[in-house]
This record gives sequence, C-alpha cells and structure tokens, in this order.
Amino acid sequence: MNRSLSYLTPRTVTAAALLAVGLLILLPLVVGPNVVDKLTGLFILMLLAAMWGLMAGQAGLVSVGQQAWFGLGGYLALRLVDSGMAPYPALLVGAVGAAAVAWALSPYLLRLKGGEFAIATWVVAEVIRILVMLDPLVQGETGTSMLALNAVDPTLRRYLAYALSLGSLVVMLLVVWWLMRSPVGTASRALGDDDEAAASLGVRVMPTRRAVFVLAALGCALAGVAWLAAAITFLPRTNFGVQWSVLMLFMVLVGGLRSLWGPLAGALVLFAMQESLGDHGAWYLAGVGALSAAFALFLPQGLAGAWQQRRQRLGASASTAPSTPPSTPTSDHATAVAAGAAPLPTTPRSTSP
Amino acid sequence: MIDALLQGLLLGGYYAMLAAGLSLMFGVLRIINLAHGDLAILGAFLVLALTAAGLPWWAAALLSLPAMAMVGALLQRWVLARTLQSGPLLPLLVTIGLGALLQNLLYGVFGSEARSLADALGPLSWASWTLPGGIVVGQLPVYTLVLAVVVLATLQQVLRRTRLGRAIRAAASDPEAAALNGVDAARVHRAAAGIATALAALAGTLLALRATVEPYAGPMLLIFAFEAVVIGGIGSLWGTLWGGVLLGLAQSLGALVSPAGFQLAGHLLFLVILGVRLWCQHRAAHGRPAWPWPAGLVHLSRLTRGTREAAR
Repeated sequence: MNRSLSYLTPRTVTAAALLAVGLLILLPLVVGPNVVDKLTGLFILMLLAAMWGLMAGQAGLVSVGQQAWFGLGGYLALRLVDSGMAPYPALLVGAVGAAAVAWALSPYLLRLKGGEFAIATWVVAEVIRILVMLDPLVQGETGTSMLALNAVDPTLRRYLAYALSLGSLVVMLLVVWWLMRSPVGTASRALGDDDEAAASLGVRVMPTRRAVFVLAALGCALAGVAWLAAAITFLPRTNFGVQWSVLMLFMVLVGGLRSLWGPLAGALVLFAMQESLGDHGAWYLAGVGALSAAFALFLPQGLAGAWQQRRQRLGASASTAPSTPPSTPTSDHATAVAAGAAPLPTTPRSTSP
Repeated sequence: MIDALLQGLLLGGYYAMLAAGLSLMFGVLRIINLAHGDLAILGAFLVLALTAAGLPWWAAALLSLPAMAMVGALLQRWVLARTLQSGPLLPLLVTIGLGALLQNLLYGVFGSEARSLADALGPLSWASWTLPGGIVVGQLPVYTLVLAVVVLATLQQVLRRTRLGRAIRAAASDPEAAALNGVDAARVHRAAAGIATALAALAGTLLALRATVEPYAGPMLLIFAFEAVVIGGIGSLWGTLWGGVLLGLAQSLGALVSPAGFQLAGHLLFLVILGVRLWCQHRAAHGRPAWPWPAGLVHLSRLTRGTREAAR
C-alpha cells in the first residue's frame, strides 16, 4: 500500500508486535487500576475501528450494524454462563458464536449494495436486539449482569479484561495484516474499488467479501465480550446501540480508510476527545458527528492518507523524477489480481475515493 | 383484528409521507440520505419552537415547510453536492455524520424531554369517529392519510406536468442527456433536496401532532422510511404509499402478538421483501423466470420488475 512502509516485513512486524505486547502485558503491574481501565477501553475502540476499517476500506462495505455482533457476543456469553459454563471461556465462545451468526447471514446481506447494505445491517442489528430483549434472562430494557464475574477477585478481573481486549486486538490485527498481504487482501481491495471489474477478472467476489465480513464480525464480537468483561453489566440498548457504528465510522474516517494503522490513529483521536471533552455529553457527540462529516468531505483519506500524500510529495520533490501520476485504482489492483500477484502492489495507492 | 388493520392502514399514510422524501432523494440524487429521519425531527422541533413562540400550530407548520426546504437546498449545495462525484460510499458516511450532529445538537438545545404538539392542537388530537361495529377511529390519523394521498398526488402532478418536474425526471433517468438538453443538474438537485427535506419536516410535524418527538428518534424514523421505500418499490411515489401501508399493517398486526412485535414484524417484512427481490434478481441474472411455478405467483415477479429497473 505504501512504499514508506516497505520495511514492515513479516519478521520486523512480528518482532515489534511481540515486544510491544510483552511490554503491554506487564504494564498493569506498574500503573494504577484507573489507567488499566482506560487502556482496556482504548483497545476496544482500536479493535472496533480496525474492524470497520477492514470492511469499509478493504471491501467497500459501509455497515451501520456492527453493533449486532458487539451485543450478540455478550448476550451469547451470558446465556452460556447461565447454562453453567465458566465465564471467561464463555466470553470467547460467545464471540465465536456471534461470528457464526454473521457467517450464516452473510450470503443474504452481502448481496445488497451500498445504502441497502448499510440499512439492512442496521435492521438486522435491531431484529437481533429485539429478539435478545425477549429473552427473560436479559429482562428487557433493564438488562442484566454477568454475576459470575463478581466472584472473581477485582484486581484479577480488571487484569483479565485488559488482557482479553489487548489479546483480541493483537490477534485480530495480525490476522487482518496477514489477510491484506494475502491474495484475499488483494482481491478484496479490488472489490472495494470496483466489484464488477474485479469479478470480470476472475476475483471470487462472494468468498472474499464473506471472509472480510465474518472476520469483522468476530472482531466486533470480541470487542463486545471484552467490554462485558470490563463492565459486567449488559444493557441491550447500550450494547446494541447504533452509537457504536457511529463511533467506528468516526475513528475510521478521521484515521484513514486505506491503511491498517489509520483506524488505530482514529481510535487514539476519539479516545483523546473522550477523555478531554466527554463531560460535555451531547455537545461532544455533536462534535464527533460534525468532525466525521467534515473529514468525509474535506479529507476523505483521513490523517493516515494525508500523511502518506505528504510523504509522497516530499519524496517526489526530492527526486527530480516526475511524481507518480494518480493511478486508477481499479486497473492497478484488478491487473495485480489477474496476474495472480499475491504481494501488495508497489505503486502508491491513490487514496482519493 | 379489523381495528388493527384499520390502524395499520392509517399509520401507512404517515409512513408514506416519511418515505416520499427519501425516495425522491434517492431517485434524483442516487443517494440514500441517512440523516433523513433526523431532518424530520428537526422540522418537528422547528414547529414546536415556533408554536412555543406564540404562533398557532398550523401557521408554524406552514412556515416550517419553506424554511426546511431551504435547509435541504443549502445542505445539497454545500454538503451533498460535494459527495456526488466520489462514489456511493461518501454520501453515506457524510449523512451518518450529519445525522449524529443533528441529534446531539437538538439534544443539547432542547434536552431529552419528549415533546408533542397535541396540546397546541386542542380537541382534534383526541377527537374520533365511532364506526358501526364499535370501532373507534381517531380523526387525526384519517386526516394524515388523506393529507398523504393529497401530497403524493400533488407531487406526482408536479413531477409530471411542470417544467421543474420534467427537469427532475429527466435528470433522474439520464443525467447526461438531460444536461445536453439544457437541464441545470445542480439546480434540479437543489430543488429535489429541498422538496425532500420539506416532506421530511412535514412527516416529523405529523408525528409530533399524533405522538411525541425526541432528539434521538431520527434513526428509527429513517429505518421506517427506508423500509416503506423498499417494501413499496424504489422510485415510485404510489409505491411509497403502498409500502407505507404494508409496513403499517405489518406493525399493527405484529403489535397484536406482543409489544415487541410492532417493530419486529415491520423489520421482518422488510428483510423478506428485500430477500425476494434479491432472489428475483438472481433468477433473472440466470435467465430464469422469477418463480419456479409458472402460474399463480407470477405477479410477484411483475411487482419486482419495476424496482429492478429503478435500481438500475
């Protein structure tokens, strides 16, 4: 995707990731409980942003219904605990269960386009919320708590929630990173650009979309169970709230659609805004909405894209060679796919949609 | 049962009003305005504010229409027009952001309290007719349905007969040919966005008359509007009325089963219709008739053909 990131070989990335993860795992030993809680929240935001970015940036899917998997993972975990399973395994199985539901629904949803897909995912999330609220266990609007977690020592519980969010984030990022480098990634980017062109060149549209969709659902479900592990309470209106999708959209738009680390940067921005302006309630959320729209209008490639363009401009003016003309993305990727090229194309991607 | 059917039918008029603007916007601009419900709520709050300032409710409602049409036209000019050339994703993203902005601005200004125009409306808000058989029908819902039919018929005539209407239809069906014939696309788009927003505001006002509105109600209105559009078939105004009525019927029949059934039944009808349309498209793409059995249900394929052409 970017020449400047070419030193990110599998080995260096793995080493850096291992080092960072190692440090982060040990971090709760030195910082206070408040910081651990905040970081858990940040990791959850990062995971959500990365998943939404995967769908929108890689496959051109704008979903307003990712809260379905966020909430469903938590609900399934509650159900499993109620039927006797230990809480932490139940959280993981719940997330996988939510991804399985996403897998089952994907052949239907993924045949919809653009706005229809956006609203149909939202309606599906609403249907799942209504059905979950019919379950007496959830007690309708009142919601419920994962009481089994109260039996765990609070310090250990805090640490486990932290570890769950960090672990989910790292694993999902590695999977996404691997996926983007694989033929599936090249294919899905081709879809994001122009699915008919991609299909005519032999990209298997549906399996690729499906892989991306189910993976993103799994990531959101993991974020949901990590949230449940930290918050213990399950409130259907909150856990299935459409605000999760709005926040995901914000993070991805601000950070940048077309790179893996853009959404993470967007999550940092949202986290900083939450910490500094969150007390202003609705006004802060209005700002989130306005900033999303402003970024979509004026800087659709986000901070990551702007930074990348700046580097390209600097690189181009440093060498006397003419700058690479903004390539037509479709032909780039479609030909790369047609040629069976698995690695990332070396030409810089044109980031303007 | 008959009561529920009647209530559903009357509810349909309101949904048709809500959906008409969304459908027009999609037909002309090819964008799904995800802030449509929030614009409806904004219109309702404008009427509420004008009423609180001392205007009679009907004057406030009449005054809000041109004001909201202006809002829509400006929105098109400054925001949506910028997104039109950059693919289908960007308008979705921008309008989601706009919706969040509107909701939270309204919340910031007016607070979370649910408000209603029923007090300003006086006796009409509870007046009803009793039909033979003891069925009680609220007058307001009946007037809403009548108003919806009148507004849709007027809009249809405007689109069919006036210069502006012809320009709108031309720009919707073939933008390039329309431009060659001297249709100013930007102006047509502004007009369509203005009409669509005024329709949304009218629907929001009707909601405030019959029930309550609150700042975060917009997303649900958007879902209902979109469901009505899809159920009725995209791109046709009378289809919107049918879609609204079918949605209203599904909801009020669902509510007979359980309180949660109200929304659930509407959602499920929407998902089923969308699925049937996909199925027909899939069959058509393989050159097969939409339905495996030749007789009987053939009309279903005829029903969906219109939407297929509109979607193209």
